[in-house]
Amino acid sequence: MKYICLGYIDPNKFASWSDEERNSKMDDCFRYDDVLRKNGNFTGGEALQPPDTAATLRWTNGKVAVTDGPFAETKEQLGGIMILEARDLNHAIELISNHPGVTFGPWEIRPAADLSEMIHESEVRRGKVSK
Amino acid sequence: MSEHALLDSLYRNESGRILATLIRLLGDFDLAEEAMHDAFSAALMQWPRDGVPENPRSWLVSTGRFKAIDALRRRARFEAMELAAHTDDVPAHDDEIEDDRLRLIFVCCHPALAPEARVALTLREVCGLTTEEIARAFLTTAPTLAQRIVRAKSKIRDAKLPYQVPSQAELPERLGAVLHVVYLVFNEGYFATSGATVTRADLSSEAIRLGRLLHDLLPEPEVIGLLALMLLQESRRAARTSAAGDVILLEHQDRALWNRDQIEEGIALVERALSTRRFGAYTLQGAIAAVHAEAKTAAETDWAQIVALYNALLRIEPSPVVELNRAAAVAMHEGPEAGLRLIDEILARGELGAYHLAHSARADLLRRLGRIAEAREAYEKALALAEQEPTKKFLADRLSKIASSGD
Repeated sequence: MKYICLGYIDPNKFASWSDEERNSKMDDCFRYDDVLRKNGNFTGGEALQPPDTAATLRWTNGKVAVTDGPFAETKEQLGGIMILEARDLNHAIELISNHPGVTFGPWEIRPAADLSEMIHESEVRRGKVSK
Repeated sequence: MSEHALLDSLYRNESGRILATLIRLLGDFDLAEEAMHDAFSAALMQWPRDGVPENPRSWLVSTGRFKAIDALRRRARFEAMELAAHTDDVPAHDDEIEDDRLRLIFVCCHPALAPEARVALTLREVCGLTTEEIARAFLTTAPTLAQRIVRAKSKIRDAKLPYQVPSQAELPERLGAVLHVVYLVFNEGYFATSGATVTRADLSSEAIRLGRLLHDLLPEPEVIGLLALMLLQESRRAARTSAAGDVILLEHQDRALWNRDQIEEGIALVERALSTRRFGAYTLQGAIAAVHAEAKTAAETDWAQIVALYNALLRIEPSPVVELNRAAAVAMHEGPEAGLRLIDEILARGELGAYHLAHSARADLLRRLGRIAEAREAYEKALALAEQEPTKKFLADRLSKIASSGD
């Protein structure tokens, strides 16, 4: 089963580390990512640039309004996402619990939703495939 | 025993085990509940005609499973074939069935579920209480509670919470979540947070039943300690309220009303938990309750030992509420001034200011020191913060007594 893992981080906390500290933490993270890859658990993932690089799109008054930044005024911001292949939720929790990045901030683990049935129905409606 | 009486007793004593196994086999709570009821209905028809099967429990499990496969086939679901393929999973041995009950407890108390949902789901699936019974006990409506249970079941299915007992490495934490649910249920029965009566005995006895089940399945030190704590608290139930429903504090309770069997069992369990040297907060609280239980009168209580146990508890689980209880014990051991000083320190830190028991404990010490005006003020604060009727009445009585004693 696929789980999308959202890792949060307080950007101030990240900035407060010395180069040496940051390097050693990142080395630990990348080392663990390699283990996850080797075991077939890491099926995708990206780190995110800081929240001030973001554009937020919102449907307002019948058109798309673009604003800066993420809308949540929280201290912790989304720092990266990972797509994990795990047996079940406990397995996903175990894999992320061992990730050095778990000490940077909270992680949210969400099962991927299977939309194939919904897509199939939509394709039938659009005449792309027959029932 | 007639077939009907046998089925009746099987339903009462075995339905929890049968349900737990069916949930594992079918992977779906609702389907399993339905299947279990279908199996009992089938037994009611067939046993009087064909005789009672050699192993009634296995018969009910495999019948329930076939009924579920039938039901799925009728709904033309693909899963039916998948389930039918695993015919050899029906457990033949009792310990496998017991493992299923433990798996069920761990999935119902999974930390990824909302805390209220854990309590509701455990009472529903492990204890077999009806949604209406649980709603009544927690003073909420049945639809609200049913929704909570439905959401939890959907999450178990959609996020794929596994039906398994945690590994040794995860056990301490996961067990902590289970024990917390059991203790919440017990406390809701023992110190109901609101409402007209002080206690709801039915919830406390469910919690003790759960505690015994866990103790049979997984005799870890803290499981033993929690069972001991619940039994020792429960032993005082009859003495805690007057015939009129008024609160009676520990020092004024008629100790002849304490349940000796529960005390004996509780003390033996505490000793066993302490001897493992791997005990935690529940065992220490059980040990404190045991010291109270061993005292023939309030005056003969070994307060020095109680203070020492609170010190140990504070080291494991620092909390202002534990500090408050320790302060009350210090007041009994060293005198009211010493206790008052500690309570004032806690309140000065800005903690427990909204906790009625902090103010009523403070009021009580001020009263003993003869500082009546301050005592009255503290009782008034406590009264304004209390939510439960008998507690309010108790505080109002205290207030009127010091008012009439004059100052």
